Amino acid sequence: MPELIDNLYSLGDQIEDTRAPDVPIAEMWTKAKFDNKLVNPTNRRKLSVIIVGTGLAGGAAAATLGEAGYHVKSFCYQDSPRRAHSVAAQGGINAAKNYNDDGDSIYRLFYDTVKGGDYRSRESNSYRLAEVSANIIDQCVAQGVPFARDYGGLLDNRSFGGVQVARTFYARGQTGQQLLIGAYQAMERQVAEGTVEQFTRHEMLEVIIVDGKARGIIARDMVTGEIETHLADVVVLASGGYGNVFYLSTNAMGCNVTATWRAHRKGAYFANPCYTQIHPTCIPVAGDYQSKLTLMSESLRNDGRIWVPKSRDDVEKDPRDIPEEDRDYYLERKYPAFGNLVPRDIGSRQAKVVCDEGRGVGPKVGDFRRGVYLDFASAIERMGEEAVKAKYGNLFDMYQQITGENPYEVPMRIYPAVHYTMGGLWVDYNLETTVPGLFAAGEANFSDHGANRLGASSLMQCLSDGYFVLPNTIRDYLASGPFEPVAEDAPEVLEARKTVEDRIEKLLSINGDRTVDSFHKELGNIVWEYCGMERNDAGLRKGIDLVRSLREEFWRNVKVPGSATTLNQSLEKAGRVADFFELAELMFIDALHRTESCGCHFRSESQTEDGEALRDDDKFAYVAAWEFTGGDEGTFEPPVLHKEDLVYNFIQLKQRSYK
Amino acid sequence: MNLTLKIWRQSGPDAQGELVTYPVNDVSEDMSFLEMLDVLNEDLTAKDEEPVAFDSDCREGICGMCSLMINGEAHGPEVTTTCQLHMRSFSDGETITIEPWRAQAFPLVKDLIVDRSAFDRIIQAGGYISVKTGAAVEANNLQVQKHKADRAFDTATCIGCGACVAACPNASGMLFLGAKITHLGELPQGQAERDSRVVKMINQHDAEDFGGCQNLGECSAACPKEIPLNVISQLNRDFIKAKS
Repeated sequence: MPELIDNLYSLGDQIEDTRAPDVPIAEMWTKAKFDNKLVNPTNRRKLSVIIVGTGLAGGAAAATLGEAGYHVKSFCYQDSPRRAHSVAAQGGINAAKNYNDDGDSIYRLFYDTVKGGDYRSRESNSYRLAEVSANIIDQCVAQGVPFARDYGGLLDNRSFGGVQVARTFYARGQTGQQLLIGAYQAMERQVAEGTVEQFTRHEMLEVIIVDGKARGIIARDMVTGEIETHLADVVVLASGGYGNVFYLSTNAMGCNVTATWRAHRKGAYFANPCYTQIHPTCIPVAGDYQSKLTLMSESLRNDGRIWVPKSRDDVEKDPRDIPEEDRDYYLERKYPAFGNLVPRDIGSRQAKVVCDEGRGVGPKVGDFRRGVYLDFASAIERMGEEAVKAKYGNLFDMYQQITGENPYEVPMRIYPAVHYTMGGLWVDYNLETTVPGLFAAGEANFSDHGANRLGASSLMQCLSDGYFVLPNTIRDYLASGPFEPVAEDAPEVLEARKTVEDRIEKLLSINGDRTVDSFHKELGNIVWEYCGMERNDAGLRKGIDLVRSLREEFWRNVKVPGSATTLNQSLEKAGRVADFFELAELMFIDALHRTESCGCHFRSESQTEDGEALRDDDKFAYVAAWEFTGGDEGTFEPPVLHKEDLVYNFIQLKQRSYK
Repeated sequence: MNLTLKIWRQSGPDAQGELVTYPVNDVSEDMSFLEMLDVLNEDLTAKDEEPVAFDSDCREGICGMCSLMINGEAHGPEVTTTCQLHMRSFSDGETITIEPWRAQAFPLVKDLIVDRSAFDRIIQAGGYISVKTGAAVEANNLQVQKHKADRAFDTATCIGCGACVAACPNASGMLFLGAKITHLGELPQGQAERDSRVVKMINQHDAEDFGGCQNLGECSAACPKEIPLNVISQLNRDFIKAKS
């Protein structure tokens, strides 16, 4: 038994990526594509691929692998692949096209990604992402994605997310939906061709591992309740991120960690779970009935001024009656150089600080008012209402629709919300997890963004993984197949089925006093409070205790109505929340062990004089990959930490400063 | 505010359905319509009754998963999706009738949930541009006039929710179809398959038991993305050209 650290985890062997070729970084991907074995076209139809998730990563992979001739089975929990939550991305997609001749290049996009990730990403993966980015735009345009164009008929770009070049391609405020429709249509074309089989309203609940290789999944048909076995030569998880562990987030209601967490329980290491991104400009919580949070484009910070009253006594006043001298434009005061345009993590944390001081505005939810003003009065005075309307009209309309307030007259209220999770399943350069034959793509893996993701980079990564990376790496694995057929009644299959069936039966039989949602909300509050924007030793330890005791109550006192053999949304949610409980504990352990601050992970013990995240590169320049060591449903043995050292051969580590 | 809800309950496709009355109290006007239903479902669960099944996912008006006929209107009284509808659009004491989408081509699954896979099959029939991954040319080799690009975008905003079908007295899917035909037909990339696309998609539409179009315009009025009615003219024109 290895020695326990903090009574929470133990230290295991180092881990490393051995798949990136040992050549200069600009040649790596070319070399890897050549080195990876090929599969003869006539053999491809004999090889089967399961893909879980139909967002940009999963949908693009299904389309591309189907085109190549493999037999693909695609799964999503929604009623159509087109609804995956990639659909909701607003801003745009980065690509190093350098159409504006403003000094952009693959190397600069690579540099920005590594720096933006606060030097906690793997150089080889980030470089490849930048390298592939230009192909993505070509592909999407060819599919008919209606990107914004200028009057010359060429593609338009904007600058986005705190970088100094204009490399972001966009389709008004709905780039995600347009890209997803492109991937969806390409995938539906393959459904018609017969290469892709589509399973909608299906939820993956277990991965099947035979002889150490991923060979299939157990899925539940969410309409009939039937538990189905699906076997294949390889399994890809493109099931998205885990932001809903916080209950309130900008994720869709159904986003969950179940697919990746079940894989983690079966041997796939989970990397950097504590890296979660909080977006500063979301519409605040209005009441305890709130089901989700809505993001508004960060571009609002270009012209809006952020403030709260100087005095706690003024928080209930009509903001228009608070004179200038009684207002605290706290970002302009603390960060005079960047003002309201400080990076996401700083803007978010400072909003929390002023609200914790009791100076938050808007309705009280629980004991606190959680909101700050984003005021356009001076912009309207300077530019005129028409100009403001032309620039931000759709955002103002959206705000008014949700809050019922007119932002042309009353300042908007905003508050940070959980938006994206950089952590995920550990993968090597080939996007393969620590379980052979199990791959992870898109937000479901940890690979490219380090401790913080830049704006307009998530769409890029998902499509890079789905269209270009996976199809070129998975063939290396499949070239050694088809593998020995697995019988539907093989012991490993039956065991996986039994795990699923027992768990469903258990959830339905507890018949306690509390609804699934009430547990999920309470869990979300704990994670938000103690493992949210700012973390510290005492809070994280307290959070672990709270998560554990709530999880114990969940398995004793949850109430799940209905039966297993029909459409049962309470049962679906119960399974997801059960997995969130386990993930939450791992997030806390990860956040506690990383005593440095980096990117979105802010430990209050580790900050610069300016209140900036202070890294400790000597101690923490590594990926934390966690191994599951056992535990029945609802229990959790101390995990083992495997460190992957991050070696920077090309980019020099620096401290960020935005003063 | 206090409201009376009349909600369609039906345990499965073959079961007998009925409108069941539920009072809901202390509804905040800042709640979204679906959050109001969440609160009802929490109460039902606490009382050992089965909650009402309804579809929703992104809850920000873009995924197209939510539906609901609210007082006979698809997505309710505002031009938006049900998830973006807020209770301030209703008044204290009101009775609200909530039903699933009504259309032959959208069979009922349970309570307020219907099966819209017919839309996927229409796309499978031809709603795409055939280009293999890796076969694309440099993006800026292709110029698209701005007004065409804008029109393609406007029609590509369709979220596939099915409100157009639910609102149509004939349960026709022509607005959905017309939006896709216009999106791909406005772009130079979409020309090679333009004729075959429209024929294949219309054939699939008819095979799915959607009704015919009489240009009543209910579809466009109900569309949360305000897809214009003239995409149906485009559809008809393309169809005639393709057949001639």
